Amino acid sequence: MAIGEYIRNTQIWKSIFRHPAPRDRRNRVVVILTNFFLHLHPVSIRKQGIALSYTWCMGGITFFLFLVETVTGVLLMFYYRPTLEHAYNDIVSLGQVVTLGVLREMHRWGAHAMVITIWLHMYRVFLTGSYKPPREFNWVVGVILLVLTLLLSFTGYLLPWDQLAIWAITVGSNMARATPFLGHEGPGAKLLYVGTYLIHSGSDARYLLLGQRFVGEMTLLRFYVLHCIAFPLVVATLIAIHFWRVRKDGGISGPL
Amino acid sequence: MSQAASPSASATPQKPAAPAAKPTRRWFILSWFQAAWLAFTATMTAWFLWTLRFLFPNASMEPPMTFKAGYPDQYEDDKVVERYKEEYGVWIVRLRTPKGVEIFALSTVCTHLGCTPNWLENEQKFKCPCHGSGFMKDGTNFEGPAPRPLERYRIVLADDGQILVDKSRKFQKELGQWDDPEAAIRFS
Repeated sequence: MAIGEYIRNTQIWKSIFRHPAPRDRRNRVVVILTNFFLHLHPVSIRKQGIALSYTWCMGGITFFLFLVETVTGVLLMFYYRPTLEHAYNDIVSLGQVVTLGVLREMHRWGAHAMVITIWLHMYRVFLTGSYKPPREFNWVVGVILLVLTLLLSFTGYLLPWDQLAIWAITVGSNMARATPFLGHEGPGAKLLYVGTYLIHSGSDARYLLLGQRFVGEMTLLRFYVLHCIAFPLVVATLIAIHFWRVRKDGGISGPL
Repeated sequence: MSQAASPSASATPQKPAAPAAKPTRRWFILSWFQAAWLAFTATMTAWFLWTLRFLFPNASMEPPMTFKAGYPDQYEDDKVVERYKEEYGVWIVRLRTPKGVEIFALSTVCTHLGCTPNWLENEQKFKCPCHGSGFMKDGTNFEGPAPRPLERYRIVLADDGQILVDKSRKFQKELGQWDDPEAAIRFS
């Protein structure tokens, strides 16, 4: 105890935590309110609101898996090079040459698990009616997060650059051909005609996604940047909003 | 201590103290709670150290530290060979000296701030493009800010008669190491 008191009295500790030890109700509130990370959370919640049988902790598990994906993903980036020459071999060597090759498997299985848990989280929110006002905006944020999670999976799928990846993305991105107006085989594409067709195979949504007309090196680089930088940044921002809105909209699910 | 103070208490056997409501120190240390934290901390430490190890590649993409560079008679007197500069960072020079002919391997790292000098055939000198250091053909600095001569690598004849350059050992002139038998292949 003496050591704990000593640490809490040092200037370093006091400059970071501006409150006494959280031993009473007031200081436990102050801890939440003065911490950047914790202030996203409600100060107090009903005990029933965090019952495991009620929440399944699926949102929390999804967030945990997002953190796992972030940490393992950053580590994988130290070895992976998104080029035709290196991509496949780098993935193989991540499993066979590099120490702690299980990191790549953790990243892969964590991604599978995250897709499962985010669906279960959505299912739970639906069952408990937690999408109803005033939480309807947070439901929308959650749906966007779900779509981004699927997009993270989709873009990450290409990076091993094996036959499975290339053809999966070929098939998957072929759907973009049929985008209304923006896909060159989609409904309405032929309407955008000004002497020439504005939407063709070299200017439609699929071309934008792939960077070329087929899945190639430009596609690999685009998916890599989206997977490692663009999507995670958006997801992290939306997660912060999602948690903050939980607090603002009346705490973790439960009757208001 | 208290028993010794009151002799009557020692006569009647004392009842063992009732278990304290507060967890005792011993219970706290040996509890499953403590064991769980210990296991958690140990696991996290192991993961941290293992992850640190992960950051050190097991396979290197660098060229090897030793390489063979052909036979001595394939080199011309007083010529600087640049063939091994790009991959290995080495100039091989065959030089006539008053004491005989020497073949040595010069490092292509400028001794000023580590840029790569160029061999200027017309001016017969190594010239660093960064700050203008100049080195003579034997590697000795003579102009610009470079404080000492270029370094030489270990060079010997391999069993098959080829020149073997070993970059894991270097020889510096200012330390008198250029006289070392392995700093150059010498013959008359």
